[in-house]
Formats: sequence, C-alpha cells, structure tokens
Amino acid sequence: MNDQAIQSQAVGASHPRREARQKVTGRVEYIHNLRLPNMLYGKICRSTVAHAKIVSIDTSEAEAYPGVELVLTGEDIRKVMPDPYFGVMFHDQPVLALDKVRYVGEPVAIVLSKDSNIADDACAMIDVQYEELEPVFDELEALGASTFVHEELKPGIPEISFLKGVRDTNVGFPYQLRHGNDVDAAFEAAEHVFEHEFRTHPSAHVPLEPPVTVAEPTGEGLTIHTANQSPSFVSYEISRLLGWPQSKVRTRVPFLGGGFGAKLWIRLEALVAAAALLAKRPVKVSLSMEEQFYTITKHGATLKIKSGVDKDGKIIARKCNVFWNGGAYADIGPAVAFHAGMTAAGPYDIADVAIDSLSVYTNRPVAGAMRGFGHPQLIWAYENHTDMMAHELGIDPLEFRRRNILREGAEHATGTKLNTSAVEQVLERVAAGVDWGKPFDKGEGTIKRGRGFAIGIKASIAPSTSEAIVRISSDGSATLYCSSVDMGQGSDTAHAQIVAEVLDIPVERVHVVHPDTDVTPYDTGTLGSRSLYHMGNAARLAALDAKDKLDQLAKEVGAAEPGSNVPIWEIFARKNGMPVGNVVGTASFTPPGHVPPDPMTGQSPDITPYWMFGGTAAEVEIDTETGRVTIVKLVNVADAGKLINPKIVEHQISGASIMQLGQTMQEKVHFDFGQVTNASFADYKIPSMLDIPEIVNDLLDSEEAEGPFGAKGAGETGSFCVSSAVANAVFDAVGVRVHEMPITGETVYRALREAANDPLGED
Amino acid sequence: MTDMNKQTINFTLNGKPVSAEIEIHWTLVDLLQRGFDLYGARQSCGQGLCGCCTVVFNDKPVSGCLTLAALVDGGTISTIENGEEELDPVQEAFIEAGAFQCGFCTPGFVLMTRELIAQNPDPSEEDIRVFLTGNLCRCGTYPQIIEAVKTAAARMRTTAHVPV
Ligand code: FES
Ligand code: FES
Repeated sequence: MNDQAIQSQAVGASHPRREARQKVTGRVEYIHNLRLPNMLYGKICRSTVAHAKIVSIDTSEAEAYPGVELVLTGEDIRKVMPDPYFGVMFHDQPVLALDKVRYVGEPVAIVLSKDSNIADDACAMIDVQYEELEPVFDELEALGASTFVHEELKPGIPEISFLKGVRDTNVGFPYQLRHGNDVDAAFEAAEHVFEHEFRTHPSAHVPLEPPVTVAEPTGEGLTIHTANQSPSFVSYEISRLLGWPQSKVRTRVPFLGGGFGAKLWIRLEALVAAAALLAKRPVKVSLSMEEQFYTITKHGATLKIKSGVDKDGKIIARKCNVFWNGGAYADIGPAVAFHAGMTAAGPYDIADVAIDSLSVYTNRPVAGAMRGFGHPQLIWAYENHTDMMAHELGIDPLEFRRRNILREGAEHATGTKLNTSAVEQVLERVAAGVDWGKPFDKGEGTIKRGRGFAIGIKASIAPSTSEAIVRISSDGSATLYCSSVDMGQGSDTAHAQIVAEVLDIPVERVHVVHPDTDVTPYDTGTLGSRSLYHMGNAARLAALDAKDKLDQLAKEVGAAEPGSNVPIWEIFARKNGMPVGNVVGTASFTPPGHVPPDPMTGQSPDITPYWMFGGTAAEVEIDTETGRVTIVKLVNVADAGKLINPKIVEHQISGASIMQLGQTMQEKVHFDFGQVTNASFADYKIPSMLDIPEIVNDLLDSEEAEGPFGAKGAGETGSFCVSSAVANAVFDAVGVRVHEMPITGETVYRALREAANDPLGED
Repeated sequence: MTDMNKQTINFTLNGKPVSAEIEIHWTLVDLLQRGFDLYGARQSCGQGLCGCCTVVFNDKPVSGCLTLAALVDGGTISTIENGEEELDPVQEAFIEAGAFQCGFCTPGFVLMTRELIAQNPDPSEEDIRVFLTGNLCRCGTYPQIIEAVKTAAARMRTTAHVPV
C-alpha cells in the first residue's frame, strides 16, 4: 500500500460536501440537537422599553413558580463575572442589564428550569420597574442628541484606547480617510459636482437555526457548546470575564444551521456560561425566531456621497459621509465603520478622496456584521451615484465606469496599489451579462423593462491569524485540526481538499476535526470571506510541515533512498517497532506585510492581503400601474481566485446574491418607538422559491498570488452589487431613482407618481 | 391520581409501533426530540412558515411545530430518519446538485419533494416553485433545489421508484 502513489485530484474538483449524507438524512450535528443529562433550559426576560434606568426587579413570583430552579439578574452575574461587560471591540455590553436598559428586547433576567415552557411562563412573572429616559433611534438624530446611550465609551482593545472615557457622545468610533489633496478645493475646480444621499434599513440575518448555546460546568473548568462563528474568541472572552486561564474554557462548535454574521463573537455564551456556573448544572438557551430580531441586525445607514467630475468625465474628487446605526452596543460595528469605510469611494481611480465613516450608538438592537461587512450598503450608495452621474453627464454608464475604474498598479484611496486587473474584467463581464450596448426590449404599455449593473470592491480583514495542525497517521490518512466553522459555506470540504492535495492522498482520507478549543488551535473567526485564504494557507503549511516530518522520519529509518518505495506504515514500524504512530505538522498564518493604516488619513501601503471584486447585472420588469418590480434575471460576476471546489464557490455566490436580493426587495425590520413590530416570518418575508429569478454565476479565471493554490475568499462577493444593480435597472425601465431600500412596489409607485408631479399622500 | 398534564399515546414511528408519555402541550417536534432523540424535524420559525419541522403524518407532510403530539395517537409518523441506511433518489439528487449549504432546511425540502413527485411525477419548474414555496432556505439554495427536484423526478419516472 502506498498512498503517495494514488493520484488524487483534490484541489479544483467539485467534491460533494463531506457531511452531505448526514445533512440529507437529518442526522447532522447542530447544537440545536444537544441535550445533556441534568440540563436546565434558560428563557430570557427582556426589556420592554428602549431607554430607561432600572428602578427595581422583582423576581419573587417567578422564583416561587413550581419547576423554576433559578432566576438571575445582572447583579447575580457579578458573582462569577466581576465586571460583566463583554464585546469584541468595546467592553460595553452587560451580560444582563445593569442599572440601565438601552433597547427594547435587551436581556434583563434569565429563568432556569428543567422545562423550557415553565421557564417561559415564569419570565412573564418578573416585574421590572423602569424610569424612562429619552431614547434616540435615528443615526443622524443621535449625532446631535442631548441624550446619550452610554455614559462613556469603554474601548476594549489597545488600538482604540484613545477613546477611553470619552463622554457625551453617541459616536462610538470615527473612521477617517484622506487621500490626495483637499477635496473641497478639488470640488471648486471641478466642472460638475454631484451630491446624493441614500439610506438603507436594518435587516435581519435570521439563520434558520437561531443562536443556541449550552454551557456545561466540568468541575475543573467549563465547556461551552455553541453555534458560534468564532470559537477561539469565545474561549478568550469568557475566560477574561471569569478571570480564568483560557485553557479552562473549552469551546466546541459542530455544524451551524447558518451564520451570516449572526453568530459571531459573543451572542449567548457569556450569559449561558454565567448561568451554568451559578446553577452548577448544564444550561441551554435556544433563541426563538422572534428573539433573533432583538439580538442582532444588519446595520441601517445613511450614506452621503459627493463627487467632482472634470470635463472629460473623469471623477477627480469624492467625499463620503457614512453614518452607521449601530444600535445599543458596539459589537463589531466600529470595525464595519472602519472596514467598509476604507472602500466607501468604490473601485474608482480618484485623486482626492475624503471619507468619514461613523459608527453611531442608538436605542435599537445591536447591529453587527452581516454577509458583506457593510459593503452591500456602501455599494448601494456609490453605484447608484455612479449611474446617476453618468445619466446627468449623458455618458453611457459602462463607458463612464471604464473612464474611472481603478486599473492594475493604480493606487486605491487607501494608498494601497491594486495588484490585479480583475476589477476591469468584472466590469466588462457584468455588462456583457445583460448584453449591455445591444438592443433591448424595453417593454410596452404598462409593463416596462430595464437592465442595470454595478461593481464593487472589498478589502480582506487585516491583520488576522489562522493556525492549523495536520496529523498523519501510520496508514497515511490525515487529520486536520482547525477552528474554522462550517456554517454551510463548505470550509470543511475545501480545507480537506487542500490537505489532500499537499499530501497527495484521496480527499476521503482526510478527517477534519471541528472547532474544539481543547484541541484545535487559534483562528480569528469564520467571517469576512477570510477562511479559505487564511485557514487554507495554514492548513496547506501544516500539511507541508507534516510531510517534511514524515520525510525526515523516512530518512532516519533508512527509507528515503531515491527510488525507495517504503510504505508509510513500514516507516512507522521501523521507528516504533509496530506500524503505529503519528507525525504532526503545525502552522500559523498571518499574512505578512500588513501595515496598519495611519489613524488620521487611513493611508497604508499594504492594507489588505487580497482584494475581493464582484459585480451584478439585473434585468427587471415593472408594472407601472402598481409599481411592482419583478426581477427577471441576475448575473453575478465574481473574482474568486482559483477555485478549490468550483461548485461550492458558485453556490456561495448564488446564495449570497439571493440573500441580498431579499434585502433589496422585501426585507426591512420595522420599529415602533424602538419595538420591532415584524419579528416573525409572517411579517418579515425572506425570499422563497417564488421570488427567485434566473441566476447566472460567472466566475473569473484568476489566481491570487499568495492564496492557497491561488484561491481566495468569495463567500460575500455575490452580495455586493445586487441592490444597486436592481436600482439601476429600475431607473433604466421607468426613469425613477429609488434612494432607500427595500425597493418595494410601493416605493417605486410613489417615485413614479412623484415623477409625474402627482405625489401620493401618506396613507 | 393521574397527572392531567400527561397522556400516553401509541403510534407507528418510522415503521415501528411505539408508545410515549407526553405532556399535553407538546408539539410533534417536542415529541420526536424529547421522546425519541430524532432531530431531523427541527423548530425554526415555530409558526408553520418555514418547513424546517416537516414530518409525514398519516401519509401527509405536516408542520411538526403546529401539530400537537396528542393528535398523533393511533396514527403513523414518518420522519427524515426513516430508512436512512439507503438514500433515495431525492436525497441522492440533492447531494449531486449541491442543494443545501447549512442543511438546516434540507429534511423539510426532501420530504416535500417526495410528496410533490408522488402527486406529480413530472413537475414543471413552475409546479416545483409553487409546491415548495412554503419551505424556506436562508442559505439561498433554491436554484440547486429546483435542479435536484427535476433530476430526482426524471430518475424516478424511469425507474418507477416508489418513495418511502
Ligand atoms: S418551525 Fe414549523 S414551519 Fe417553521
Ligand atoms: S441550506 Fe441553510 S437554510 Fe437551507
């Protein structure tokens, strides 16, 4: 037997997902399924007001209710977590509300019972008295408000320690970028100046498996079984809160029933960990679908964009002001402001750029990262803006983009040079996807047809780190230990393919160990399309290291002469006396060369290990009598580098575009004085099969120089441009511009009536 | 004294006669999870709007989150775990087409697809969309699901395979 001799086509082939069988038979492991002996169920009692001081919490009736084991409030949490505030960037979010509540739905108490229905009933018996404070909900109003969501800012990481103790503000984090010369002077000199404002609404991730966590005290430590995208961070943060060594907090994550950013950082883990330690028993909290809407949303934002254009149709200056409605706690919002802010000026070659991107606290549920990390919102603004300028200038939108696009070697507004021509290819292919420039049937009568397209850019997260271990067994099979979470994007399969390719063994002979911080090493998190590049590289390097060690061992036992064909088991047998044993390779991968951006100007010669590019074109049909928009076709173009598993990549692009299509056309979280009023699939409609148009996915044949086998991340790319492509197509069809998502029939109909000088009243 | 909240029911589960002591407010999902450690029918929306909890009750797919366990007494229940040793053409087609990502919605789609093909062995794309519109997939695998359904139906027509 010699595995080395088996030819495997590991990388580049569309292997089915390794867990496919378990998924179609309903046997796949989710935390949703986990029940432990002696386990209690926790139900959360939530704030009913948006902003208030807590005067008193009376839990006596709930405690007396038969079957209730324990009721905990914020003060109880202090017994195990002395300073019970968590957060990935700011330590601003209490495990349970302390002193104050900051949004409707904020956890105030938790009831534990062996029976989840009893816990639920008892929650309603908790009497909380509030002294209400003036709330603030809108991101622009929050800027000038005299009411403050937080008394002072509480940064939790050194990079933002300059914000420590800042008071009397709702701005959590101000990102700024200055490129070239003063933009205002450039506007003076420009032939044309355009200024537009756009809004996007908060929407909800709503993975079909809502967040769920089980915490289990083990005597010498704590095991957290959780549906989470960042297991290493969970152990890090929970150990910090408890004042324990990280090694005593074990976090394990099997498959997720969807993530999309909803299950990043700390969701329920801190609360469930504290509850389990206080109850001295395993505790499980599973959110309901309704509770998801109170737990995490995608940022709504106001985006102002101003451009100066010269007489040749070249954009010479751009100013972007972005205001992110971050809700009551920072979560990763400041990083969204920062990270998305970086590319707010788009994939265009503009000499003078000024960007201010502010994350703003309001009395709404927390806004976090959601597929695209703020970029779908930004691209919504800048690609509407691009078409609007082209229209006003009388230049074809494709031609206008060609004149302004960032070309290989040109400097992006961040100061980092573009090292690929993919962006131009994306543009040409996306336009070709709807036969741009060729004749098109614009419809007749009350049915009008249109087409449009958009392109977008995103930098990868930097700096970030992935570590991996690869173990080769004496039969030549291999085990990969890594903390990447497979939430449906297929990382287990892709990483196994990479290891198989390096070791030249069949993919089936690689086992992937799911995140378990007792055994799998550190990873920043499964987010921002970073896993394939970062963990892919770590897995590749760890496999190479293991292979080197095997070669070394072969030498030691005299099995390495040229032409020698000693099987792996015999190498181990010669060493250990029996055909047993392992070699273990390890690797830690942090992309080299990253230079943190200058805090004043945002400039850096190396801001990202790789760029992501995508484009979408849309064909729409509009009924002018009702405003109803039907999407006829979507064409997604993505630069995903070399494809490790072409089918899975294609399905990621397609799925991301469908998710964004929902947010473009129908999804919006509605609020009434801070209360979510449509927290159910009855009122919050995500796309169903009837909402899906023809979808074409076109993947560029490119190669990312430093990526594993030329690959890079793409899970978000399909989300970038759907909204603006649809808006541009709507304009093409009926000549009206929608400034706010979602693009419902009502919005379009109102815009049509407005354009006809016959605006519709409010009811 | 008998507990008014409890009740014993007898039914056929995946081909085997079983009995269970239930609490009267339990749903079918509670029954399968708490009583039989079957997690393929899973609660998501809890309102009959997503199809994740689909279970076949007396030969018809139902939402397990809306069906009271007590109603199952004397009936027949079949879940996605039924006959799991051997994949059927629907499951095989789902794997080939890549018709799932996270897999949370998959059991519901598989069961509904079997029902669709039983009712209509040659469904058009429109038939598929209409029949499966009550099942949601947040990962957005709908195009692949449609492809899988077409493939499965075509194969089942040629082999006249009878779905379990
Ligand atoms: S959980 Fe039953 S239909 Fe959604
Ligand atoms: S595969 Fe994730 S919800 Fe359908």
